[in-house]
Amino acid sequence: MTTTRVPDSAAEQEAVAAALSDRARAERRLGWWLAGPAFVVMLLVTAYPIVQAFYDSLFQFRLTDPDAREFNWLGNYWVVLTDSVWWQAVGVTVLITAITVAVEAVLGFALALVMHRALRTLRPVLRTAILVPYAIITVVSAFAWFYAFDISTGFVNSWFDWLPGIGADTNWFGEFSTSVTVIIASEIWKTTPFISLLLLAGLAQVPEDLQEAAKVDGATWWQRMYKVTIPNMKAAIMVALLFRTLDAFRIFDNVFIMTQGSNNTEVVSFLAYRQTISRLEIGLGSAVSVLLFLCVVLISFTFIKLFKVDLASARGER
Amino acid sequence: MDERDLPTREKVLWWIAGVVVIVYALFPVVWIVALSFKTPSDLGSKRFWPTSWVWENYDNILAGDAQELFLSALRNSIGISLIATFISVVLATFAAYAIARLDFPGKRVILTTALAVAIFPVISIVTPLFNLWRNIGLYDTWPGLIIPYLSLTLPISIWTLSAFFRQIPWELEQAAQVDGATTWQAFRKVIVPLAAPGVFTTAIISFFIAWNDFVYGISLTSTERARPVPAALAFFTGASQFEDPAGSIAAAAVIVTIPVVVLVLLFQRRIVSGLTQGAVKG
Repeated sequence: MTTTRVPDSAAEQEAVAAALSDRARAERRLGWWLAGPAFVVMLLVTAYPIVQAFYDSLFQFRLTDPDAREFNWLGNYWVVLTDSVWWQAVGVTVLITAITVAVEAVLGFALALVMHRALRTLRPVLRTAILVPYAIITVVSAFAWFYAFDISTGFVNSWFDWLPGIGADTNWFGEFSTSVTVIIASEIWKTTPFISLLLLAGLAQVPEDLQEAAKVDGATWWQRMYKVTIPNMKAAIMVALLFRTLDAFRIFDNVFIMTQGSNNTEVVSFLAYRQTISRLEIGLGSAVSVLLFLCVVLISFTFIKLFKVDLASARGER
Repeated sequence: MDERDLPTREKVLWWIAGVVVIVYALFPVVWIVALSFKTPSDLGSKRFWPTSWVWENYDNILAGDAQELFLSALRNSIGISLIATFISVVLATFAAYAIARLDFPGKRVILTTALAVAIFPVISIVTPLFNLWRNIGLYDTWPGLIIPYLSLTLPISIWTLSAFFRQIPWELEQAAQVDGATTWQAFRKVIVPLAAPGVFTTAIISFFIAWNDFVYGISLTSTERARPVPAALAFFTGASQFEDPAGSIAAAAVIVTIPVVVLVLLFQRRIVSGLTQGAVKG
């Protein structure tokens, strides 16, 4: 019983159509018994906290002064949204997201092409190497990049002092543009492999005979790329971009390790962290958290509606 | 494409491209290894390689002053990540089995929920948990991290496993039963060997994600009792208060990177298929 599938015979289908057969009903029950726990756990660890965060965000509440907790409607949101700190953080986050995703899309595609076309002897080596940045701890990556550029421990200044603007005493973490550059570099290094593996899977699905046909018809390499390869892997590209955009928008680890938000490099996640954990302003921190959540929802919605990302394919369904 | 037909010039080009990719992927790792073998006075040498290779930093974190901090963090990280991985793989195996094999309303709801949870901003969960955990005594404990880790590991497990399970030829089980095997034998001898690689791969990916966590680690712990490695690294100090902790941090970073690299080396093919299968499907 538990291991059989609903038979597709006509008689059985009729029975299902008329009323749920015992077997189908039992299958439904079993399905929920098996999948239910995972579903409930997922809701408990995310839906519950975000509802709680929304509730907390309606109060003026600081942990150091619990007695002064008072309901103030959407007051916290007003405070956050009229503060330039919030908009500064949003701006930096959007900037980092836009640059990382754009660079990663190109770089990831190039990596995927190399892996796709690489000689057979080299292919497993490449795949292994490319998995290392993916699997490494983000904090470790952040430290590696930080120490490479840091004025006292780094080698970058002495290696690249022939470039204009770089000297032995270039302090990369002394100002906004250079700090953000290193943060973005670390983020790109660490997450491009993920995008390139998704794109590699997409590349494998482009029909080889289409390529051959285009070649026979005299299409150049670029023409084949634009007219055959990319249109055929659009779904894979969009899914990869959506994931990376959402992931980049949550950036936290690199900023925490490298700058702690100094030189205006504070991002939205870091702002939420600072309000809640460092300043113990539960009300304000929750408001920032809820706003961040809404941003993520908005981005997903835009991608799905505007670019028509097919999430069914993203879920591994047909 | 048969690569033997390639002209030599093109072959050389692909070799160069391949080498560039390998350098790209490994360069920062080699750098942190080099850094970990430098003496404290060598840290400021502004050179890539150490002038002399020493184990001093490893001594410091494994047997010296930073030992307490690092080893307890290592214990916490291993324990918490393994338990979170185990729970989510078990829950996900049941769920993915139901999704792949049974017909019931709500399948799509479960998969969509998994997707939504996967893109959830972690910091939005931290804020309310921070307050709640303090009130109910879960702050700075193992369960206090294991529970939120499930929000990271469970969705990806459900997702990857249901993609794996969809490809299993389940008819084989019935065929075995027709051939005289009992239900249990058919399950154990036919289905388990087919499903095990998928479950195993999912466990690896899920472990990577738990191992990588930083936000929960720094927000929901305060002492050595539960603080995992990534969070501990951020609070590292040198052998003395006035010493640059770079060497110790690099050594600790190398140690926590070793298991990851070993897993990647051993299971490269499976990890790639696990990562891509759930995500892109024609």
